[in-house]
Formats: sequence, C-alpha cells, structure tokens
Amino acid sequence: MGIKEIQEEIVDEFSMFDDWMQRYEYMIELGKSLPLIDEKYKTDDNIIKGCQSKVWVHAELDGDRLVFTADSDAIITKGIIAILIRAFSNQKPQDIIDADTDFIDEIGLKEHLSPTRANGLVSMIKQLKLYAVAYQTQLN
Amino acid sequence: MLDIKKIRGDFPILNREVNGKPLVYLDNAATSQTPKQVIDAIVDYYENYNANIHRGVHALSQEATDKYEQARIKIQKHFNAAKSHEIIFTSGTTHGINLVASGFTSLLKAGDEIVVSAMEHHSNIVPWQMLCERTGAVLKVIPMNDEGELVMQQYDQLLSDRTQLVFCNHVSNALGTVNPIAEIIEKAHKLGAAVLVDGAQAAPHIKADVQALDVDFYTVSAHKMCGPTGVGMLYGKEEWLNKLPPYQGGGEMIAEVTFEKTTYADLPHKFEAGTPNICGGIAFGAALAYMNAISFDQIAEYEHDLLEYATQELLKVEGLRIYGTAKKKTSVISFNIEGVHPYDIGTILDKLGIAVRTGHHCAQPIMDFYGIPGTVRASFSFYNTKDEVDVLVEGVKRARNMLL
Repeated sequence: MGIKEIQEEIVDEFSMFDDWMQRYEYMIELGKSLPLIDEKYKTDDNIIKGCQSKVWVHAELDGDRLVFTADSDAIITKGIIAILIRAFSNQKPQDIIDADTDFIDEIGLKEHLSPTRANGLVSMIKQLKLYAVAYQTQLN
Repeated sequence: MLDIKKIRGDFPILNREVNGKPLVYLDNAATSQTPKQVIDAIVDYYENYNANIHRGVHALSQEATDKYEQARIKIQKHFNAAKSHEIIFTSGTTHGINLVASGFTSLLKAGDEIVVSAMEHHSNIVPWQMLCERTGAVLKVIPMNDEGELVMQQYDQLLSDRTQLVFCNHVSNALGTVNPIAEIIEKAHKLGAAVLVDGAQAAPHIKADVQALDVDFYTVSAHKMCGPTGVGMLYGKEEWLNKLPPYQGGGEMIAEVTFEKTTYADLPHKFEAGTPNICGGIAFGAALAYMNAISFDQIAEYEHDLLEYATQELLKVEGLRIYGTAKKKTSVISFNIEGVHPYDIGTILDKLGIAVRTGHHCAQPIMDFYGIPGTVRASFSFYNTKDEVDVLVEGVKRARNMLL
C-alpha cells in the first residue's frame, strides 16, 4: 500500500471514535504494540530534539525501501510515532520525501496535543524526511 | 474559616470548561489565577488614568504616579520593609536575581565563594554561575536528603571566611519544601556574607517579614500571588542597594546626564530604568490587598488541610510515590507512578480538564538527585477544594489504568 492509502486508512480509523479520550486510548494501544527498536540504536545521536519525552529513531534500507524503528520513554509519544511509522516506514525514500502530511491535521492530532508535543510531532516528521533525503542520495 | 464559595466567585476563570469538563486548576505554583478585584484594577488603569509616571506635569500622570507609588508602599508594608525605597519594582523574580548577580560583579574577586542550595530553580542557579564566570568566584552547593530537606550540617561546613554570598529559595518550586531561611541567614551573617532569598514560591503562602528575617535581598513575582505576569519586586537592604551599581542604564534612573558624566538617581529609581510596568505594579498592589483581606494565616491553615488531604488520598493510588516529604511544606505535591512517564499522566489529566505541570520544573539537579526524568506536580491554592482533590485522584487512577 502506498503512503496516501495508509494515511486515508488512519484517518478512517480515527473518525470512528466519539471523543478524544477514546482516541488517546487507541494511541496508547498503538504505542504498546510498537515494535521495539534495537537497544544499540538508542544512542544520543538518534534522539530527536524538541520532545519533552525522549524519542529515538533509527532508519535503514531494506532493498529500495526505508524501514524506521523507534522508541520513546513516554507511551503516548510512542503511539504518535507508531502512527507516523505506519504511514512512512517500508516506503521508497523518494515517496517519503514527496508525501504530504495533511492526514495529521485531518485526524486533528496536532490541535489535541500540548504545544510541546505538537512541536515534537513536527520534529519527528522532519527527522523521518531527513532520513529519506539522506538515503535517497545514497541510492542515487 | 474561609468562605470558599465566595472566594471562588472572585475568579471568573474558574467557571470555564476545558475539553468539555469543568476546569480543575492545580498549576498554581507556575502561575496563580487572577481575581476580578485585580482585573478591575487593570481595567481601571487603562480606562481612566493610563499615563507615564514621575515626570509628567499633567493630571493623569500625577494620578498614575500616585497609584504606582501607593502600590510600592503596599508592598513595603506587606513584607515589612523599613523603607519604601528598599522596594524595587522588577519584571519578576528572575529579574530581581539577575539585578543582584550583576551588581556583585564588581564586589567579588577570584577565590571568593558563593553558597547555593541543591534545590534551586534554574533561575537561582544560572545567574550565579554566570557571576562566577565573570569574577572567578566558586559555587558551593548545600546538599539535600531523600525527603527533600537541606542538610544543614553540610551548610555549616561550607561556610567560611571566603563566603561572600548565600542564595536559597524560601520554598522549593519542585518539592514544596519550606527551607530554614532564618537559620541560613543568621549563620551567613556571622561570617559577613550577604543572603538573597528567592521568595517566588513562598510569597503566595507565607507572609515574609524581611526585617525579622534580617534578609539582605528577597525577591518575588506578582503572578504567583494573584497578580499579573511581568511584574515583581526585589527587596534589598538600603546599605546593599546603595553599594550595588545600577543594573540597566536609561531614563528614570539618572540624576543628571552630560556626555562627560552621568550621576544616578537615588533609590529606588537607580534600579528602575525605562518606563516600568505601571499597570502591573498597581495591580500587584491590588493583589496583595486582596490576599491580605482574606488573611495569610487563614490561607496557610486552609492550604495545609488541603495538602494533608491530597497527600493522604494520592498515596492510596497503587505505585504512586511522592517526591518531597519534608516536615514543613507548602501545598505542592510532586509525584510519579511506577512505570509511567509523568508527561503521559499530565496529558490524560488535561483531557479530563485537570491542569497540572509535568517535567523537571526548571530544577534539573533535583530530578538528577532522584534519578527521574521529571514529575507530575499538583500545586494548590486557597481557591481549590477537597472536591477538586477528589477529581485529581480519580483522574490519576484513570490515567494509571489507561497507561499501564
């Protein structure tokens, strides 16, 4: 499935909930099911700045696809990363670079996050795209 | 007995909803809410006598000057300063600390020692570190124990004839500990050292008497005690304020200016360069009048009950640990739940309409001491109720169930 289709799927899932408490419960579940990052990648180099909680992201190529793994010490943050990873992981770097991120606004995620967390979300997306740019250069 | 229903009626913001739930505001240590008596003072200023002060010849300027100087006298009386010109209007506690730290640059030399407590807010650490960098003075730290109390025997050992300055908060913002400042001041004075007390967290709960304490500098922010943001006061003993050079140059703080030499104005204007926060200063006075009409004794008694109740109820939550269990505390509870990040708890509580603070509370050394990334901090004011404590406890339980 392409990035656009996955994003539409996420928007559909979030529209099924009546209130934000349920959406948070869903994000927490997603966070708990996030595949763990290899401990050796939880280094200071892989920490994303701009988050009140710690976030580590690791990227590596699998053929022509870029695979992200990540972790956080806060579970809701992990849920947010899980959503982003679902949307962007296992895709071609150029598709990640080209992808828009409107789905974040469509599920209303940003406006329901505290300002520090919303900043963290922006930093996370930026970091995923930076990885894609770096690996695209490598592929070229 | 406080008439809480009547008091809550003074605070319009307490009627609002957050995320569809009635607001439960428990972030008072960050900023307190503003009663309509203070809001009225702000509106009155802008609607009726907004003007620049001290130099105007017209009526509005005179009225604004009178009200501003009356506010200074209210602050002087509240803190029992000997003279009104010992009260310097500032933009807040941080400004007051920086003013003193800057002033001591020319009074210190390499090898002099500065003693600071382990439980300071970053704003009472960083300016002194910068002062040390400028002068070559050395920073010494009074350690704390697991309960979050200063180890006073260590303080005795840190003091020497090299000690020039001692800094300590009256109450810790992260833990709520009330520090033994009278003892700290007395011991420092025996060795001729000056003492600055950061009163930001104490001022909403404890009426400090600067003469009885014999403190050299005491500084607070208005917004933590029902006043507006961007205004505060620094009390300094006259002899010290005369010794310190001006902090900022500008209008208001001069006596005479020529290109050859400028002479400075007398206290307090020497430290009040530029047009001050006139409205803020007047509103600060109104806030003190409001709190004194309720009475600080009554406030302290009520908040103590609230603290005991909240402590007892929160400790019933499985896996909850309170950081800061000093014998003398103000109504602040810092806590964590085993296995849960404080940020996650704060997020869920916010969805339930409950405002708390999460993080390191600008006191990273305390968090490092306990080996934690931060805490959830619930801080209570005299307008909070036991019912609100119950809402908090239920919210914490719900967050725990969701997050674990």
